[in-house]
Amino acid sequence: MKQVKLPKAPLQVINVGLEKFSEDLKNLDVQVIHVDWQPPAGGNTKLAELLSKLGM
Amino acid sequence: MEKITQANEEAVRRMLDGDPVLVDVIPAVEAIPTMGEQTILHSGPPIEWAHMCGPMRGAVTGIAVFEGWAPDLETAATLAESGEFSFHPNHNFDAVGPMTGLTTPSQPVLVVENRTFGNRAYCTINEGLGKVMRFGGNDEEVLNRLAWLRDILGPAMGVALRDMGGLPLKSLIARGLTMGDEMHQRNVACSSLTLRELAPAMARTAKDNNVLAEALAFMGGNDQFFLNIAMALGKALMDPVRNIDGSSVVTAMCRNGTDFGIRVSGTGDKWFVAPVEMPEGLYFPGFTENDANPDIGDSTIVETIGLGGFAMGASPAVAGFVGAGSASEAGNFTRTMAEITVGENPEWTIPAMDYLGVPTGIDIRLVVSSGLTPTINTGIAHKEPGVGQVGAGVVRAPVACFEQALVSFAESVGVV
Repeated sequence: MKQVKLPKAPLQVINVGLEKFSEDLKNLDVQVIHVDWQPPAGGNTKLAELLSKLGM
Repeated sequence: MEKITQANEEAVRRMLDGDPVLVDVIPAVEAIPTMGEQTILHSGPPIEWAHMCGPMRGAVTGIAVFEGWAPDLETAATLAESGEFSFHPNHNFDAVGPMTGLTTPSQPVLVVENRTFGNRAYCTINEGLGKVMRFGGNDEEVLNRLAWLRDILGPAMGVALRDMGGLPLKSLIARGLTMGDEMHQRNVACSSLTLRELAPAMARTAKDNNVLAEALAFMGGNDQFFLNIAMALGKALMDPVRNIDGSSVVTAMCRNGTDFGIRVSGTGDKWFVAPVEMPEGLYFPGFTENDANPDIGDSTIVETIGLGGFAMGASPAVAGFVGAGSASEAGNFTRTMAEITVGENPEWTIPAMDYLGVPTGIDIRLVVSSGLTPTINTGIAHKEPGVGQVGAGVVRAPVACFEQALVSFAESVGVV
């Protein structure tokens, strides 16, 4: 597997979804912005399909 | 789905066009003649004695004694268990009630008329703080206060309101928002404004100065006096929004201490019910969350019209009172609720948020899609009857109600 090199400049992270990841980064003094996001209907595919048919 | 968009626009139009006026205070049996013998209207969706929580049972036994249906509390409980009383939601009879929310024939009810649509809605008078029936209180002190409301304050308010031709409420709410009320857990401004408007008419129509002084002191000594007026107003505004074909806007949210229920315009008067949640908040000295009863009351009609938790940004003081964070974070609650509503109310604005209108018209599609459920500011009742309020907090409406409603709504518009 190819190894990805992290940039040398200080990391600035946008964290999407699980907030715990952003908290861990904050504890490591990494600059992070958390985006509060979840899949439509919390990932319930049946409801997400209904929502789609209802114009969402 | 253009049909849904148009139906929801119509729903919000009716909410905004409403003209609620407090017009009278009359006995419930006159306001709701269809309620029947030995009938007890309660908060929340339908529930029977066997599933009622402690405060609700305490209130039921107390009100049965108050109405003369039982000689004492023990007999009242036996009669309730044997099915002697008929239990129905307030919402089925154009009414709402705070906490246990009991409405029975002889109790006086505030009458709010929506002059745009001609409908009326009812709510009992706020009893004040401490040991009260809405928290399950049922001793002599509680019943004596109910008798005073029935015999003295109710008639005094009624004659005064008729004398002055009613009290318009839309502009009063607008002023209250600019004075720091959100109309659920903070009503000090609107209570004061109401007293200021009513006092001259009550003085004009009073027959006894001592009785007048007692009535004014009771109203002025209760910061939450306006809550019940706001609730009747909410019901009067939302009832014309019912039964709009294709509308996914919520017309009622309420709790009975056991279940949380919602109604949606496009699905008529069908209830969508899920177990009620426990509020998170701050407790008065000497009480903890172990003392608390799960969420209860019809007062969520206030959030249904865009006030309460939806207007948290207008009331930083409440954010602290209910343990919802710092004053500067209060606006976040309002912004979040704007993500699950169809529009905003241009007449009810929040100065501290650059005159943002309160979020109006909860769309079940937006709730289910985002997972953001309505934020409700609430009082917390002790789980044992008669103790009273033990704290205040924030509670979320359970998403399961909205998921059930979405499936039923989809069927109603031919989507499966």
